[in-house]
Formats: sequence, structure tokens, C-alpha cells
Amino acid sequence: MNEFIQEFLVEGGELLDGLDRDFVEFEKDPHSKELVARIFRAIHTLKGTGGTIGLKKLESINHIGENILSRLRDGKLSLNAEITSALLAMIDLSRQLLASVEKTGEEGDLDLSGVIQSLTAILEGEESTQGAGKPEVHATAVAAGASPLIGELLVQSGAVAGRDIVGALDAQKDGDPRHLGEILVHHGAVEHKTVQDALQTQSESREDAAVNSSIRVDVNLLDKVMNLVGELVLARNQVLQFTSHEKDPAFLNTAQRLNLITTELQEGVMKTRMQPIGNIWNKFPRIVRDLSNVTGKLVRLEMEGAQTELDKTIIEAIKDPLTHIVRNCLDHGIESAAEREAAGKPAQGLLFLRAFHEGGQVNIEISDDGGGLDLEAIKAKAVERGLLSPQHIAKMTDREIGNMVFMAGFSTAKKVTNISGRGVGMDVVKTNIEKIGGTVDVTSTRGHGTTLKIKIPLTLAIIPALIVTTGGERFAIPQVSLVELVRLEGSAAETGVEMIQEAAVYRLRGNLLPVVYLNRELQLTSAKDEAADDVINIVVLQADGRQFGLVVDEINDTEEIVVKPLSKQLKGVSTFAGATIMGDGKVALILDTHGLAERASLAGGAHEHATGAGRGRSEEAAEQRESWLLFRVGDRGKLAVPLSMVSRLEEFDPKMIEISGKRQVVQYRGKIMPLLRVADALQLPMQAAGEGSIKVVVHSDGGQSVGLVVEEILDIVDQHVSITGKADGQLLGTAVIQQHVTDLLNVPALVMSMAGEGRMA
Amino acid sequence: MSATQFCTFYIKGLLFGVEVQTVQEVIQHQDMTGVPLAPKVVAGLINLRGQIVTAIDLRRRLGVCDRAAGELPMNVVVRTSDGAVSLLVDDIGDVVEVEEKDFENAPDTLASTSRELIRGVYKLKKELLLVLDTQRSVNIQATAGESGPGAQ
Repeated sequence: MNEFIQEFLVEGGELLDGLDRDFVEFEKDPHSKELVARIFRAIHTLKGTGGTIGLKKLESINHIGENILSRLRDGKLSLNAEITSALLAMIDLSRQLLASVEKTGEEGDLDLSGVIQSLTAILEGEESTQGAGKPEVHATAVAAGASPLIGELLVQSGAVAGRDIVGALDAQKDGDPRHLGEILVHHGAVEHKTVQDALQTQSESREDAAVNSSIRVDVNLLDKVMNLVGELVLARNQVLQFTSHEKDPAFLNTAQRLNLITTELQEGVMKTRMQPIGNIWNKFPRIVRDLSNVTGKLVRLEMEGAQTELDKTIIEAIKDPLTHIVRNCLDHGIESAAEREAAGKPAQGLLFLRAFHEGGQVNIEISDDGGGLDLEAIKAKAVERGLLSPQHIAKMTDREIGNMVFMAGFSTAKKVTNISGRGVGMDVVKTNIEKIGGTVDVTSTRGHGTTLKIKIPLTLAIIPALIVTTGGERFAIPQVSLVELVRLEGSAAETGVEMIQEAAVYRLRGNLLPVVYLNRELQLTSAKDEAADDVINIVVLQADGRQFGLVVDEINDTEEIVVKPLSKQLKGVSTFAGATIMGDGKVALILDTHGLAERASLAGGAHEHATGAGRGRSEEAAEQRESWLLFRVGDRGKLAVPLSMVSRLEEFDPKMIEISGKRQVVQYRGKIMPLLRVADALQLPMQAAGEGSIKVVVHSDGGQSVGLVVEEILDIVDQHVSITGKADGQLLGTAVIQQHVTDLLNVPALVMSMAGEGRMA
Repeated sequence: MSATQFCTFYIKGLLFGVEVQTVQEVIQHQDMTGVPLAPKVVAGLINLRGQIVTAIDLRRRLGVCDRAAGELPMNVVVRTSDGAVSLLVDDIGDVVEVEEKDFENAPDTLASTSRELIRGVYKLKKELLLVLDTQRSVNIQATAGESGPGAQ
């Protein structure tokens, strides 16, 4: 393929993207001279250049398009939905032609007749209908903010007060045919010249969108530069290490300058790879327009923060997921006009995209004011598919249920349309977003709409990380998963971490935090003698919405690290997300907190392998994991409660028990906490009344705590629990945990029964 | 076309060779960062001028005993379809030119791991040159499960 064609392919692609955008805008503002001229120019270029380099088909269809445009420009033809659709079809066809040229070097044998026919029909029809009727504009999709409104400009410049604009707009609504500016001048709210100036600004800003004051750079070159900057950052880190034992002021100054320049260079190069999210969003007005036509729904698209910038690789990665979400919103989220009116909502639905920076991350929100998620349908579907048991669902929050739409093979759409609803997609959306270190969350109010929140990192190449040492090896922990650091010294270090059988926990501000020892997980021998430890460093991490503490030998420093992928040979090791080169030139591994949490919970319940071995992997993955606290009561054997119900484990001296009314109570944290003997509540034989301290599981709900008195705390297990047996009063059911039949205690029901009967020992 | 050049090296006294074109460079022993939980054949990661390269211990890959403590291996960095990989060898030999007529398939009596990795034998004047299949040598996905993270 020759150079000219190569260049034209890039240019043509951009022209077509611009046309998509301009047409939707044009529908909204059919009298805009600039837009017609711009569209005309673009089509003319496609035709002209296409013809010159021998793309005859492209030339022929764009030739007809150009004819239509010239009539539109001269006012001989007015824009209507039919014309827009025909022209958009022409653009699509041109795009296909270009794609074919790119792939095969030929235009291929695409069928042009349909498009040519509809375009010619418009040209011919023009003669017969010329001058008849007003322009019929079917503006379904509107890209708000694409070019500032005249009212906004006037208010911004301070020439007019907001209420004058509102008044003028009302007048327009009431049938005043004049332009906004004319009305304002007429009312004396503003001078004629000011309006002229604002109009000038408006057309300039429209012009700005088209004219790019930029040069085209090969992405590979940018990647190479980025890599070099990564190297420079490493070299800088290396140099900075020398500064600590170097006294030469000239050297220190130079090092300082090097440091600053490197940081700035890094930011600068990073910026060259940044693209506004608007680059993807630009496609949405067209998608919304097309889909509203197909589905017959009325949808308005609003976008905020289109300038929010993201790394190019991330932009690429979220393009498809975002498009999928938008299609989903239109297809399933927003109801038909009739349904909406019946529900007392405006006929036109709203799809709102918002992007903004927050805490070093980019937030993208996609919300619609449609019907919201049908939680009941989701629950029913989950049970029907055997993904979750009814008992499990009963305990889930609305948000958790909503997020089930991200499970594989999940679609509650009543019918499969050609737009979406096949049950593939949302899980892929989630996977793709998580692949780039992002998270996605859905919130929904039935009848009022759905909001999807996506959080993604700004860039993947260079990230801040905490460096820790364990077993003589350094590891980097990405800052995003870091919650806090806890250092236990002296006596706190001896008793701070408590054991519940094999599972270690730490009481972090009253809540039990599972503790994982990095050296044990990685099968490293700790450099320090654990028994004689007088300091324990706990790194509190967040993974999959759960927190856990990671015990490391030493916490070193935070550093900007350059993430390098691991080779194929190490892809199987899920505990590492990559590797990086440290200031001293040595390689350090980057911990993958998700993988680590996953591994730690596997190791914690080794017995689980036996029970889970027979089950399929996918089933295992689909089921929810939960941590359970196992304890013994009376002779009943084992009982379990979800760890989420447990706020603390306490021991009390029997002497502390006091009587209030019929109840046994203890003074606990300045409050009176009623005690509930689980054995009594379940009418189990009493154990010989206690010598030594009594063990209490504290359950708090809305500031009120209840102490469940148990015989012995046994273990904390983290495993998939499939509940069998009927829920019955104080029991949720029965499950096999650690190869023992275990009754699952329904704590809220138990507490309720106590409140009702007051049956206490 | 009948002559090919091989970069040769020794592993436990045996002479191995890989085609010269596949070798990126040969370097002295490097400091390595071990990868916990990784398959045993992965000796660690080395920093090759800013590029992180996985080092595979050919002794372990071939299933022969480990080097004695204190014996430092050499790195033969080869290009594979998945980027550069370093092969740890005992010692480096010469670049030799071989004739097609001296080639023979590996004898069936070789241990199965070795036979899988050895494409054939060139009969040199003084000794035998075993031709190593680099692509297979660095492909350890299949064996990763046995000694890798799955084992507890």
C-alpha cells in the first residue's frame, strides 16, 4: 500500500468520526451555517482525495452526498430525519470501504446500491417537494455542551442576568419565533453589540472543535519515549540513594535538579499519552441517535467532564465496556415513551455521562433515569440459575444483589434483542475494567434509574507503591490497595495478634481484621525470629471490598515504580501483579492484593479443598465466599455465625455479670450490654456453670450491642457454604463446615426473640 | 546451507547448543530476585539493562541435580516468541559450525524430559553436541502446576 493511501486512511477515519459528531449536532441546529460548511468540506475532501487515489466507490457515493449537502447549504433542501439517516448510512458505508482498503488494499465488492438509491431519492424528491413545508427535525439525541449556548455565554460574560435568559427562553417556549438574542435586545436586557460578540465567540468555539493544532505522532514512538522516561526515573532513584551519604553540595544540587526535571519530564510525557475521555464519548451521540430510532425510545444524552484525561492504553481498554454499558442503558434501562408517561416521568429519557478526577483516579458515572434494576427478577434469576441459595439471597443487601448483574451468564431482560440482553457482556465489562485495576459498582432505585460507577487509575505505567521487606526480599504494594499502616510495639506486639485456631486476627478499632503473614504465604523464612518479635508491622489492604492485614518484616518507603509485566512462565503465580526495578538496580516483585487475599483464604481453609474438589470451578467462583465464626455451645456441637455479624470477641469474669430486670447484663464500654446464653435460647442442655471467664461474641446493630454467651470459640473459616435444611426460627439452616455438620445461627432472629420474650437465664 | 552455527554451553558435563541466531547475548552471573511460589525451574528475575528477564535453570529444566553451592551459572539470553529469556548454564563453550550430515535424532533411550527438549545430536569430532529446543525449554506452563503455586 502506498504512503498516500496510508495517510488518507488515517485522515479519512478522522473525517468520518468528525462527520458522525457534526451530523448529530446538525440535527439539533439545522440552521447552522458553520456546521453545513464543515460537513460539506469533509465530504468534499473524502470525495476528492478518494477519487485522486483511485477509490472510485468512495468517490461516487460521496459525490451524491456532496450534492445533497450543497443543496442544504444553499437552503434548497432542509434537513429532516430521512436525509440525516441517508447521509449517516453513506458515512457508514464510506467507513466500511476504508476498512476494506486498509485490510485488502481494495475497496472490495460492498453493495452501494441501497445507499445510492436513498441518496438519489432525496435529490429527486427535492424537486417535487421544494419549498413545501417546514423543516422537520427529529432531534432525539443531543450532545449537550458540545458548543456553548448563547444564553450561557451571555451569562458567563456577565452581560445578562440568569433570570433574563430564563424569561426569554419562556417567551420562546410560548411561541415567540425570534432568536434568544433578539428577544433579549428587545426587552432591553442587553445591547445589540454584546449579543453580536457572544455569537462571534460561539461560532469560534465551534470552529475550535474542528481545528486541531496538533501533530500526529506514532504511538510506538510515544511508547518508546515512555519506556525511556521509566528508565530515567529508575536512574534518578538510584542517584538519589547516593545523596544520603554524599556531602558535596554541588552534587546534591545537581541531584536535586535531576530529581525535579525527571518528575516534570515524566509528567509531561505522561500527558502526551493522555487523551480526553471525550474521544470515546464522541461516538455516543451517534449510537444514542441510532438506538433511539431502532427502539423508538426518546433519549437525551448529556455529558459532563468530557475533557477528563486518561492514559491512552486505558482509553483503549474502556472503550468497549463503556459502549456496552451505554447500549445496555438504552435498551434495558430507559423505558419507552408510553411507559415513562404512565409512570409519571417525562417522555424523554435521560442518559447522563459524567467523568471526573478524584484521588488520583478517574471516576466515570453512567446513569439513566429509567426503570432501575428489577431486584426481584435478579434474585429469582440467581436462584433459577442455581448461582445462590434463597437463604443466601435473603441476607444480601440491595447493592450486593444489584452487583450480581456482573456475574457471567446473567441477563434479566425479558427478551433478547439484537442490541443486548444475551447475558454476555456485563461480566466482560467488569473483567475488562478490573484488568486495568479499576472497579465497577452499580446502584439502582426501582423506577428511578440506575447508576454505574467506574473507578480507574490514571495510568498503568508508573504507579506509587509502598515498598516492604519480608524474608530479606523487597516487595512493592500498589498504593491504591493500601488502607493504613499499623505498628505494634512492645506488649502490643506480643498480644495484639490473636489466634482463633489457625486464623490470626487483629482488633482494629473494635473490628476483627483477618491477618495474613506475608512470609508464610510466600513460603519465605522470615529474617526475624517471630517468637522474639517486639515489633509487628501490619499493612492494612483492601481487596475485593474486604480488608485484611498483611504482616511484613519491615516497611521501607513509598516510591514511584515502573510496572513491568511478568513473563509467560510466571503468569500462573497470581500473588504477583508484575515486577519493577528498584533504585539499586535489583528487581522487586509487585504484590497482587487480590491474588494474595485469594491465596490466603485458600490456605486458611485447607480442608475446604476436600469439600470443594468435586465441584466445577465456575460454580465455585460463582458462589459467594463468606467468613464464618465457629463456636461450641453446650453439647450441640458446632454452631456458626457469619463473621460480618460479629463485631468483637470478648471474655468476661463471671463476677462482672449483673442482673437488670430478668436479664443478665455486663457493663461494656460504658454501656450496659445484655447477655444472651445461646444454649438457653436454643433450649440446649446447660453445661456445668462456668469456672473461669465466660466467652462472649459481641453483636452490634445500630449502636446496640448484645453479647452471645458461648462455651468455646473454635475457628474462623473462609469458605463457600451451601446451606441445606430449612430456616427455622433461630437457625438459618445447616451446612457442612470443616467436614462437620454445623448449624448456622440467625443472629438477628435470636436477638429479636430475646427482646420479645425476655427469656433469660 | 548445510552448515549451521551453534552457540554451545555445558550442563553437567554435557555439551548443548542453540542456533546462534536465537541468542541475544551471553552474560556473567547476575544477581537474581527469586520468585516465591513460582515453578522450581524459574531461578529468578534479572535486570538486563532495564528489561526484566526471567531466568530458567536448565539443570532443573532437564531434571538433573542442582549445581553445587558456590558454583555460579552463566546466562545465555535467548530470544523467544515471548521476549527474551535467560537460560542458566554451567559454563559457556565456543561457537561451532556443524554439517548437516553429522546430524542424528536423539536416541530413544534418553530420559523423557531430556528427549522432549533435545531436538537431535550433532556428532562433532571430539564430543556430541545436543541441540536444545529453546522454545520448549522456556515453555513451562504444562509443568507449572506440579511444582508451582498449587502445591501446598
